[in-house]
Amino acid sequence: MYTASDLRKNLRIKIDNEPYIVTEFNFVKPGKGQALYRCKLKNMITGNQFERTFRSVDTFESADLEQKKMQYLYKEEGKYCFMDNESYEQVYLTEAQIGDAKNFLLDNIEVEILMYEGKPLDVTLPNFIDVVVTKADPWARGDSVSGNTKPVTVQTGYQLQVPPFIEEGEKIRIDTRSGEYLTRVK
Amino acid sequence: MAEEGGKLAKKREALWLRARMIQAMRGFFIDRGYLEVETPERMPAPAPEDHIDAVPSGNWFLQTSPELCMKRLLAAGYDKIFQICKCYREGERGLLHLPEYTMIEWYRRDANYFDLMTECEELLSCAAEMCGTGKEGFLDYQGSRIFLQRPWEKISVAEAFRRYAPWPMADALARGCFDEMIACRIGPHLGTRCPTFLYDYPVSLGALAKAKASEPHLAERFELYVGGIELANAFSELTDPHEQRKRFEESLAFRRSAGKTVYPMPEPFLQDLDAMPEAAGIALGVDRLAMILTDSPSIDEVVAFAPEDL
Repeated sequence: MYTASDLRKNLRIKIDNEPYIVTEFNFVKPGKGQALYRCKLKNMITGNQFERTFRSVDTFESADLEQKKMQYLYKEEGKYCFMDNESYEQVYLTEAQIGDAKNFLLDNIEVEILMYEGKPLDVTLPNFIDVVVTKADPWARGDSVSGNTKPVTVQTGYQLQVPPFIEEGEKIRIDTRSGEYLTRVK
Repeated sequence: MAEEGGKLAKKREALWLRARMIQAMRGFFIDRGYLEVETPERMPAPAPEDHIDAVPSGNWFLQTSPELCMKRLLAAGYDKIFQICKCYREGERGLLHLPEYTMIEWYRRDANYFDLMTECEELLSCAAEMCGTGKEGFLDYQGSRIFLQRPWEKISVAEAFRRYAPWPMADALARGCFDEMIACRIGPHLGTRCPTFLYDYPVSLGALAKAKASEPHLAERFELYVGGIELANAFSELTDPHEQRKRFEESLAFRRSAGKTVYPMPEPFLQDLDAMPEAAGIALGVDRLAMILTDSPSIDEVVAFAPEDL
C-alpha cells in the first residue's frame, strides 16, 4: 500500500484495478495550504495518459508486475510472438506495445517481457545488439561535403547514421536505448 | 576533491548571485533602521497550523517559521525587526520545496499589509538591481518577461477565482478545493507579466492574520507571486490574544482529527500578544527569490546541497 507521499516518477500503482505508471510527478503546496501531489499517469495496458492531483490522505495499491525472460519468435498479423524459455508459454505483443523495440528484434533474441496478472505489457531489450548492415552506399573517400556520417540499413530494416567507413555486410553494435551506432564489430 | 565541472561546480554562478542577493536584502533593511534579530530554531511549541507540519527535534520541534518569537519581540517594543533564518517543514519536497529552506521575515509596527506591499516592491527591485538582473526594468523567468515598474498588480483572491477558476471563491471553499485551485489553476497565471499581489484571503485561511474591519469574512493577508511562484506571505497581524487562542484551538482540533501531531499551545506567545502593537509581518522565501533572479526552474539549483545530495 502506498500513500500519496510515496508517489514519484516511475512508481507503478493500481487504479480501478488497472496498472498505471507515474510518468511525471510534482509536489505542490500553497504555503499555508494542503500538500498536493500532481501526477501524469499512463495506463500500462492501453497507453492512455491523464493528469490527476492527489492529496496526502489518498492511498494506492501497488501494481504487481514481473519481468520474464523470453525469446522473440516471429511476427504475424501485426502481433509479435515471444516464448517463455522455461514454460514454453507463448505471449503476443501488439505493434503499439512494441513501439520502437521492433527496430531491434533479431530472430531468437532474448528479451524481458513485463507481465501484469498474466498479460504481457512491454518488452525490454538488451542494451546493445550486434546487427549486419544490409544496405550501405560505398565510402566516397575524400568526400568531406557529405559530413561525418552516412545512412545505412541493417538486417531488421532499421535505418541509422553511421561513420562513412562502414560497408555493406559488416557487423555493427547499436545502443537499443538511443538507437544510435556505437562501434564496428569484427 | 569533487570532480571539476560536476554538479556542485556548476552551481557556482547561482551561489554567487544568491549570496549577493542576501547581502542586498540585509543592507536594504539595515539602511531602513530595521534591527536584525536571531531567534531559536528549536521550540517547544510551534504555531499550530492546519497544513504545516513541524520536524521533531528531541521533545521539541524545529521552527516552521520564526513568527512567534519575532512577535514577542514586537510586543517588547522592538518596532522594526528582520531575520534571515532556516525553517523546517516535514514532508515538503518538490521543484519549489525543500524540507529545510531559508526565509527572510520582517515585522513593522503601525503598518498594515498594504504598507508591506510597497516595501516588497522596493526590496525586490533593490535585490534584482544588486544582482545585475532587472537593471533594464524587467526580469526573464522561464520564458516570461516580467516588468518591474511600480506599482505592481494587485488582485483580490475573489477576483482571481472569477478570472481563472471554474467556481467562485466561496464555492471552492465549500467544496474543499480552495488550495488546489490556488496551486494548479490560479497561481501559475500570477506574476507572469509583472509581480502580482494576491490579497484578501478568506479569514479561515489566515490563522495569524487580522480580519478586515469592513468585511470580517476576509483576512488582511496577501501573497506575492512572481513568474507563477508564490514568493511571500504577509498579514496585518492579529493582536487579539483571545481570538488567536480560539484559532489555535481550531487548528489543533483539526490536526487531532486528521491524525497529525498535536502541538502544545504556545502559551508564552499568547501572553505576550496582549502587549503587541498593531503591526504587519511578512515571510519571503529566499531560495525562491534566488530561483527567479537566476532563471532556475528548480529550487535545487540555488542551494549547494539538496537533501538527496547528502
